[in-house]
Amino acid sequence: MTTENTWQTICPTSDLIKNSGVCAILANQEQVALFQVGDDTIYAVANFDPFGKANVLYRGLIGETKGDVYVASPLLKQRFVLNTGACLDDGTLAIKTYQTRITDGKLEIFG
Amino acid sequence: MSRQPQKIVVVGNGMVGHHFVDEMAKHAGYEITVLSAEDRLAYDRVHLSEYFSGKTADDLAMTTPAYYNEIGVKFFTNAKVTDIDKAAKIVTTETGDTFAYDKLVMATGSYPFVPPIPGKERDHCLVYRTIQDLEDIQASAKAGKVGVVVGGGLLGLEAANALKELGLQTHVVEFAPQLMGVQLDKDGGALLRSMIEGIGVQVHTQKATNEIVDGETCVHRMNFADGTHLETDVILFSAGIRPYDNLAREFDLAVGERGGIVVDNNCKTSDKNIYAIGECALWNNFIFGLVAPGYTMAKVTADNIIGGEQQFTGADMSTKLKLMGMDVGSIGDAHGRTQGCKSYVYSNQPDQIYKKIVVSANGKELIGAVLVGDTSEYDTLLQYALNGIELPENPDGLILPTSGEKPTLGVDALPNTATICSCLNVTKGDIIAAIDCGAVDVGEVKSSTKAGTGCGGCAALLKKVTDHELEKRGVEINTDLCEHFAYSRVELFHIVKAEQIKTFDVLIEKHGSGLGCEICKPAAASILASVWNDYILKADHVSLQDTNDVFLGNMQKDGTYSVVPRMPGGEVTPDKLIVIGEVAKEYKLYTKVTGGQRIDLFGARVDQLPAIWKRLIDAGMETGHAYGKSLRTVKSCVGSTWCRYGQQDSMAMAIFLEDRYKGLRSPHKIKFAVSGCTRECAEAQSKDIGIIATENGWNLYVSGNGGMKPRHGDLFATDLDDETLVKYIDRYLMFYVRTADRLTRTSVWLENLAGGLAYMEKIVKDDHLGINAELEKQMQNVVDTYQCEWKTTIESTEQLKRFRQFVNSDTVDGNIEFVTERDQIRPAQGDEKKYGVQIQAVDLTLA
Repeated sequence: MTTENTWQTICPTSDLIKNSGVCAILANQEQVALFQVGDDTIYAVANFDPFGKANVLYRGLIGETKGDVYVASPLLKQRFVLNTGACLDDGTLAIKTYQTRITDGKLEIFG
Repeated sequence: MSRQPQKIVVVGNGMVGHHFVDEMAKHAGYEITVLSAEDRLAYDRVHLSEYFSGKTADDLAMTTPAYYNEIGVKFFTNAKVTDIDKAAKIVTTETGDTFAYDKLVMATGSYPFVPPIPGKERDHCLVYRTIQDLEDIQASAKAGKVGVVVGGGLLGLEAANALKELGLQTHVVEFAPQLMGVQLDKDGGALLRSMIEGIGVQVHTQKATNEIVDGETCVHRMNFADGTHLETDVILFSAGIRPYDNLAREFDLAVGERGGIVVDNNCKTSDKNIYAIGECALWNNFIFGLVAPGYTMAKVTADNIIGGEQQFTGADMSTKLKLMGMDVGSIGDAHGRTQGCKSYVYSNQPDQIYKKIVVSANGKELIGAVLVGDTSEYDTLLQYALNGIELPENPDGLILPTSGEKPTLGVDALPNTATICSCLNVTKGDIIAAIDCGAVDVGEVKSSTKAGTGCGGCAALLKKVTDHELEKRGVEINTDLCEHFAYSRVELFHIVKAEQIKTFDVLIEKHGSGLGCEICKPAAASILASVWNDYILKADHVSLQDTNDVFLGNMQKDGTYSVVPRMPGGEVTPDKLIVIGEVAKEYKLYTKVTGGQRIDLFGARVDQLPAIWKRLIDAGMETGHAYGKSLRTVKSCVGSTWCRYGQQDSMAMAIFLEDRYKGLRSPHKIKFAVSGCTRECAEAQSKDIGIIATENGWNLYVSGNGGMKPRHGDLFATDLDDETLVKYIDRYLMFYVRTADRLTRTSVWLENLAGGLAYMEKIVKDDHLGINAELEKQMQNVVDTYQCEWKTTIESTEQLKRFRQFVNSDTVDGNIEFVTERDQIRPAQGDEKKYGVQIQAVDLTLA
């Protein structure tokens, strides 16, 4: 069954944690890791760690290398660039990324 | 073409005999048989005195039957050789067993010389040579109060130290006018004497013992030639060694006038199929009573047997050691007997330091040195002496105290033939070769060359040479923490402290660049916690914490957590145990007892953690910091409260220490243990801080480790009272917290610390850096500001919000599934998962 992607309202932006992550669940049960970096930037990527095979990426540490902002998996520390989903430690793997926007102080995800 | 393996028979299994076996076993095609007259295989005689400070015979063992079996060496203990048939090439043992040989190696060692004094065979007149001797000494010491060592040489003073450690009022009786007459000159000997007397050992020089008779107040009375006498309960003879050469005498091998099996530069005796090595061998009319030359002989012999051409050309007898806590060093011609030589002397009586260097007539070469009280220049001086390196214009600069940088010898100046590790005879050239073969750090150089694995005295020099050679090859020895900070962890620690920095944002803004990463953030979090001890999940800090700290639990492979309440010393009331059981049952947690004497509950989802912890905290428990780079547990035995062997109340001490240091954030996890007696049931010597009760207090061991690279802790101090023990631990730990690299355990930290254990002793015991008050204050601050992180967390509604799996739903993560095994849960794996994974990874190669 395929459903059309839509903008889904997730939470007030005040529920995000600065420089850290929270996790949202979409209508189709996909889990999305949400990161607020600095005051303004929000990233949304798949929460599933393809290496550790567990839904944990939102609990990872945010890092930066040469301008790329990434999350390091809390399990085995593989790094995923937040705006592309590319894995810095294994060029053949990437995780899904999601579009986000803020409407009336609420975070929305397209998915 | 196959040929019969050559038969090598080794007589004797001391340190040198064993070293030969090790060397010989490297070559295929030889059948090695070891015949040892003793009932145990080789053990470390150099560190024999450590038997009294808690080391066991097993600790001192250099080999095991299993090892010899593994390398294919046949061995026989209690196999005393009684006959050598040189023509037929057969040896026979006491039991009549015969062994044919192609090459025979005599490594029979030596025995202590006991002067022919009437009464020398009385009870409690002993020598100091074997483990059996030590056991006899221990037994005699128990019954007595006073002990005398006859002989004030190097071994005699070690023996005196042993008597002192056994609690005897100790005397040293020496025939010569000074102590350590072989290694030290008159003034050096005099200073050593006053230092030794300063710690309560009486020294009597120029005393010849005429007879030993019944004492009035003690077991014995020693009557001296000058009419004086001394009463004592135990007498140890340490008046030099004599080679075991009786077999050689009996079976017509050439022996020296004063004993010793004569050998040539190939270590061959007068029979071409028989070699002699170690303390039984007489080379150039000289017997080497040190282990390093013996090792060299072993190597030369193995090389000769396989057809090589290595030669033994003598050995350097320079030595550096610590005697009863005092540093003593001697190099080459310590007495300045070389014709035309001149010497420079530095003497500092208030600080008890004496240094002398002897230079050649032309002033260009160092030929000898004496160092007492401070041996920090020993390595540099030894390299000058061994390699004939031209001295600077003012050689006294080498031993004078300076306010600035000491003129040390650049390692670049060393020739490739310079010996770096004299125990294993590793040269600078060997180290370079190891680096050329791909070694990229000290650890790898050590494992490929074995340098630094003997006495360890060369560790600092080894590191210098290795680092220097790596740098020359363009390998940058980069100590930067990561790309965001051009500082080491130590430097960042000082910055945080000096500038009173309290957040990562300020730290990276002022001293770093970029946003930080998974290396620098947790490192900074740890430093900030060590210095300020704030709640680690505070808004400023939460984004810095590593996986386990960020949710105060150990994350498992499936993203669930384990829960470990603190159980100081492993003590727990039945009521608390019941609560733990109830919680485990209610939340269906996998339950296991840990190695640290507490209970681990596995399989808690992140959203379950607060409720679980609330139950535990309400029952009077607190976080166990099982997730933190911090104090884990203080393991303990029950000690004197219950155990009939217990010397002290190890339980109370363990609980006190666990309560004191809980919550201390550090570069890596820290484990303690306290044993109530020397039986060591708590395995304290494998912990970062190990404490073993004695009759008089506590022995403190430091920087032990189990785990990946086991290491026995070093004995740091003995018979401490409670207060001193805690002070020492405060200082030791806080200095570690300040100076260790991230994720470095105390064992590795100490091994890499320039100056090593001796340096730490200076700092902790003598306040060498003048920072002890500060270290104690800093520790006290951590103790005073302790909070149970879980208590703080469950009391904060803001914090509790973080412990939801979903910010927009109260459902739980369906990917976490368990199956049952041995009546408990474990994570479902692969096909065992009913629901499967919910989100597939995108495969870029297919896109």
